[in-house]
Amino acid sequence: MSAAKTERLLNLVICLLSTRRPLTKSQIRQAVPQYAGSESASTDPTGSTEAFERMFERDKDELRELGIPLVTSSQDALFGDEQGYRVDREAYALPDVHLEPDELAVVGLASRVWQQASLAGPAARALTKLKALGAPQDDGSLIGLEPRVLTAEPAFEALWAAVRDRVPVRFTYRTASTGQVALRTVEPWAVANWRGRWYLAGYDRDRGAPRMFRLSRVEGQVRAAGKPGEYVIPDGAPAPVLEGGAGDTQSAQARVRVREGASQLLRHRARAVHAAGQGWHELDLEYDDLEALAEELLTHGASAVALEPPALREAVVRRLRAVLAAAEGP
Amino acid sequence: MNESATDRLSRLLAMVPWLLAHQGVPLEEAAAEFGIDQAQLVKDLELLFVCGLPGHLPDDLIEADWENGVVYLANADAISRPLRLGVDEALALIVALRALADVPGLGDRDAVSRALAKLEAAAGAAAAGAARVRVELPQDSDATVVRACEDALRHKRRLHLGYLVPHRDETTERDVDPMRLLHVEGHWYLEGWCHRAEAVRMFRLDRVVGVRVLDVEGSPPATARSRDLSAGLFAPGPNDTLVTLRVAAHARWVVDYYPVESVQERDDGSLLVRLRTADTAWLRQLVLRLGGAARVVDPCELADDVAAAARAALAAYDIAP
Repeated sequence: MSAAKTERLLNLVICLLSTRRPLTKSQIRQAVPQYAGSESASTDPTGSTEAFERMFERDKDELRELGIPLVTSSQDALFGDEQGYRVDREAYALPDVHLEPDELAVVGLASRVWQQASLAGPAARALTKLKALGAPQDDGSLIGLEPRVLTAEPAFEALWAAVRDRVPVRFTYRTASTGQVALRTVEPWAVANWRGRWYLAGYDRDRGAPRMFRLSRVEGQVRAAGKPGEYVIPDGAPAPVLEGGAGDTQSAQARVRVREGASQLLRHRARAVHAAGQGWHELDLEYDDLEALAEELLTHGASAVALEPPALREAVVRRLRAVLAAAEGP
Repeated sequence: MNESATDRLSRLLAMVPWLLAHQGVPLEEAAAEFGIDQAQLVKDLELLFVCGLPGHLPDDLIEADWENGVVYLANADAISRPLRLGVDEALALIVALRALADVPGLGDRDAVSRALAKLEAAAGAAAAGAARVRVELPQDSDATVVRACEDALRHKRRLHLGYLVPHRDETTERDVDPMRLLHVEGHWYLEGWCHRAEAVRMFRLDRVVGVRVLDVEGSPPATARSRDLSAGLFAPGPNDTLVTLRVAAHARWVVDYYPVESVQERDDGSLLVRLRTADTAWLRQLVLRLGGAARVVDPCELADDVAAAARAALAAYDIAP
């Protein structure tokens, strides 16, 4: 069944590509044997035309979905009112990209970045097309390199398609701060992966404002809530989202006392290390986010002590007290 | 194989130009190129063989020959060029190339930017959406570390590493025969045969504090196997310690970050999380980092450990707990 249909579609593509002049439906029916042999043709000669036309309409749509540029013309005097069909060979064919061997190699590396079937498939197909242009490939400098994006979020596929086609979507989302679950309706603007995790940026219709969503907190199915192209993505709207979300960060200086020989990770990052006597060193550290630095210092336990600024010291002490309170709690 | 007729058509339209450019290719290699098995490849060739120009006389049909295990194709002029890139195809490559271009020290950056410019031009309108998808492959280590690793991989040389082990808070010195340089879950790692551990190990590049390419052959032993990362980086082992944490609602990101065995929702919005770990020192650091948003329920030695660490730290601030 499927093989017969593939055969019919392939013959149709070849037929429409090889003709210089548009072909009428009846010419196409003659030229592609699988149309003539359709079941109803033998039993009902009047119904068969309808069956053929329905089949041909569907086939045309499927070819267009594959990106095959099917052109329709009714200008030709020979046809009168009847439409003619052909595929423009230049519009069909991938232009010769002329990739050098090292360029083809990095494109190969790029194609292997994707681990989701929804993108790994298209990436591999695209690479095959480029290789078909005949350039040799030189992988010499890329041995052992495996940059890849491993993600398992089930919502990815639907949201990627929604961004691409500008389709509003509706999904159940669990908010990080409260753990509460709510149905959200969103106009997707962009998807981004940082630190191995996927995020969606878009306009939240219920809240009337742009929002960020983490794909791992989407629960259940993502459903369409409108038609493709229904909204416009404002110019530059996804930019802050795509550039890391945090927006403007200013770095400041902290001074931290660490035990000699300890807190290696902090030392590695320090701008300067000063001897402080009695088995201690003092580190000058640059930071963007005071709370994040406080959290990091906590992991060093008694080996690192925040000195400056006072707010950092307070943040660490406050957290340490909270850890103890939780540990001794009910 | 349960694939749609259009998926198969799409493969065939890519296969014909590729086979025309690779005449005499072994069946096995061609099947691998298209991610199918040899039986499916033969079915595809059998289908191509009966298709062709209108008229469908022998001279009109595609010629395909795979009798001796190698494939020859001819008489397929109409579809001898690949179909231009579809939207997903163009986006998948362009987004990934842009991500690679942002990694300092990785690969041949010049080749990446040249390839990117050519692909963007060839993809035309199909590339327009690429600005709305972004993948960041962060590089928080020195470009010299990346370059040294690449260099050692390419020339099969042993590396000497200074490597920080944060859970033990120590810098270790090791000789490593490199196997792969890979990006997983937000970080870059070197995987290699570690002569100190006499085992395959992964080294996070932002914890490499010193690197030297040694003038020594650096091929790992034949028995060295790369780790299977299909289940993620932190896939727990059966002998790991089972830990139960009570996590407050505002710290539920923890279950997004680490592979947990089970999560139980509590009425107050907190979570009862069970996870396995080979290294409880790591877990102690996590609970400290969470600053009171998590409590170790079980095992109690670990709970005591966390409390003792917090008391000692407060004492270092001259504050009695």
